[in-house]
Amino acid sequence: MKILVCLSNVPDTTSKINFTDGDTKFDTNGVQFVINPNDEFGLTRAMWFKEKQGATVHVATVGEASTEPTIRKALAIGADEAIRVNAVPTDGFFVAEQLAEIVKNGEYDLVIAGRESIDYNGGMVPGILATLLGMNFVNTCISLEIDGNNATATREIDGGKEKLATTLPLVIGGQKGLVAESDLRIPNMRGIMMARQKKLNVVEPTSSNSVTADVKFEKPAPKGKVTLVDADNIDELINLLHNEAKVI
Amino acid sequence: MSVLVYTESENGKFKKNAHEVASYAYEVAKQLGTTATAISINASKAEELGDFGISKVLNVSNDQLKTFNAKAFANVIGQAAEKEAAKVIILSSSADTKFLAPILTAQLEAGYVPNVVSAPESTSPFKVKRTVFSNKGFAITEISSEIKIVGVSNNAFGNAENKTATTVESFEPSLKDDSFTTKSIEIDKVVGKATIADADIVVSGGRGLKGPENWGMIEELAEVLGAATACSKPVSDLGWRPHGEHVGQTGKPVASNLYIAIGISGAIQHLAGVSSSKVKVVINTDPEAPFFKAADYGIVGDAFEVVPKLIEKLKEFKAQNA
Ligand SMILES: Cc1cc2nc3c(=O)[nH]c(=O)nc-3n(C[C@H](O)[C@H](O)[C@H](O)COP(=O)(O)OP(=O)(O)OC[C@H]3O[C@@H](n4cnc5c(N)ncnc54)[C@H](O)[C@@H]3O)c2cc1C
Repeated sequence: MKILVCLSNVPDTTSKINFTDGDTKFDTNGVQFVINPNDEFGLTRAMWFKEKQGATVHVATVGEASTEPTIRKALAIGADEAIRVNAVPTDGFFVAEQLAEIVKNGEYDLVIAGRESIDYNGGMVPGILATLLGMNFVNTCISLEIDGNNATATREIDGGKEKLATTLPLVIGGQKGLVAESDLRIPNMRGIMMARQKKLNVVEPTSSNSVTADVKFEKPAPKGKVTLVDADNIDELINLLHNEAKVI
Repeated sequence: MSVLVYTESENGKFKKNAHEVASYAYEVAKQLGTTATAISINASKAEELGDFGISKVLNVSNDQLKTFNAKAFANVIGQAAEKEAAKVIILSSSADTKFLAPILTAQLEAGYVPNVVSAPESTSPFKVKRTVFSNKGFAITEISSEIKIVGVSNNAFGNAENKTATTVESFEPSLKDDSFTTKSIEIDKVVGKATIADADIVVSGGRGLKGPENWGMIEELAEVLGAATACSKPVSDLGWRPHGEHVGQTGKPVASNLYIAIGISGAIQHLAGVSSSKVKVVINTDPEAPFFKAADYGIVGDAFEVVPKLIEKLKEFKAQNA
């Protein structure tokens, strides 16, 4: 089985978000970039398929050279090979088109992406990619088993979960649950050394245009001060929620 | 050239978000000087969308579509868009709709913008405001493709009643076999209880509750309020609560009218996921807990004393206001 894990290079979850150039650009100053958490769960599940079912695991990122530390981390965790499409990921459709080209050329059986990137929260790359290539697709996937050509995937739905039967080739929009938090791996020294020897192929984008563009950013309005209620005065809280906030 | 909106139903009844997206579609149609058409699948009272400004409903009745199938549903919506020559399509943010949205986007070669929080800023060029960086910012995003798909955030636009004369047409899309290569084999879903996605009120517990044996009071509080229950990430990682209850940046987003956080410190990743809730209440022993900076109302106190009292007082309040 040949697996491609799609990685998005995103600001660490603790990052303060600021904008620059007249609020037209995300300010990367002082921001630490990491593997998108949803993708990291997928990468870790791919490692399981490698170790238990002999899968080959490649990773791909659409991004500039500055994303290479994130890619190297995935190689250090155990991916066999990496591909970087040398382009700024301008929108989800554009990214999906670039990845579709890689999937087609690499004849992957399984593509694992994250349900969304935590930066622009588009949530569309895996679904567009699957549709462009006519592959099966399961979103918000929280468990995945592969047996030969058959796949059993569980996805999160509003208020519960749904188990699906499908076949390879398959694209997954993954998230926590694909593996547990405690299964996530920190690269060790040996992994980091080995990652240096692994192939990181850089390819140029296929021409294609973005159909959406962020023209301006805003920060949320500052929050007003909290109204504190005494622990012995629950009636007051109920009164505020009923008469002032009007939510009960 | 109407605006098309997909209005989701479950067991024949429109979901709560159907009224919100219908209201949104009416607003966009008004801005574009046209009318709003809804596409619904196996809805039994399609005409009720007239209350929210929908002029026409294309209703599909088909047993093959009894169970949600993302590809087949996307196909149906795409065919409805073609029939209506729709250039703008409005979707909700439910799990099912976020599943079909990218499929529809690719089929129609459309530009798709999810997590939109308000009516379009302008329609020429077409610009919408959406959340980015998990609610830590907003972007004004321009869509330049011929067909534009807008995903409306839960509970962001609200319902706007606009009584409109509605015609319901039955619509018979052609279904392709290759849509059904992914099959539902088991659905495990709570029934008769509010879900985090559509509850007006969400009651959420954190590590401050010490252990799973203490969730009885959280569930009771939720029951009194008709609320959904949620939890912080470590609580689900520790196995105290199911993963489906994990809310925050890496869990489910919450956009309820009221969010009550009990024994939750208010870490940045937690707040990112719940900040779209309109009113936030925090109950925490530590006055320095960061959640107090993000909340509207707070009680500095021990959950084990405050929550039982709150339940009791709310029961009295409900009895008086029933
Ligand atoms: C990549 C990444 C992603 C993450 N994503 C998420 C996410 O999506 N969602 C999420 O929630 N977290 C997320 N986190 C974790 C986050 O950083 C915090 O660790 C977590 O939210 C803390 O959970 P908590 O508030 O329940 O626990 P704690 O931080 O331990 O807080 C417990 C609180 O309970 C209070 N308390 C103790 N006893 C009582 C009592 N008797 N009565 C009342 N209050 C009491 C304490 O004062 C304290 O404030 C993420 C972290 C990382 C690194």
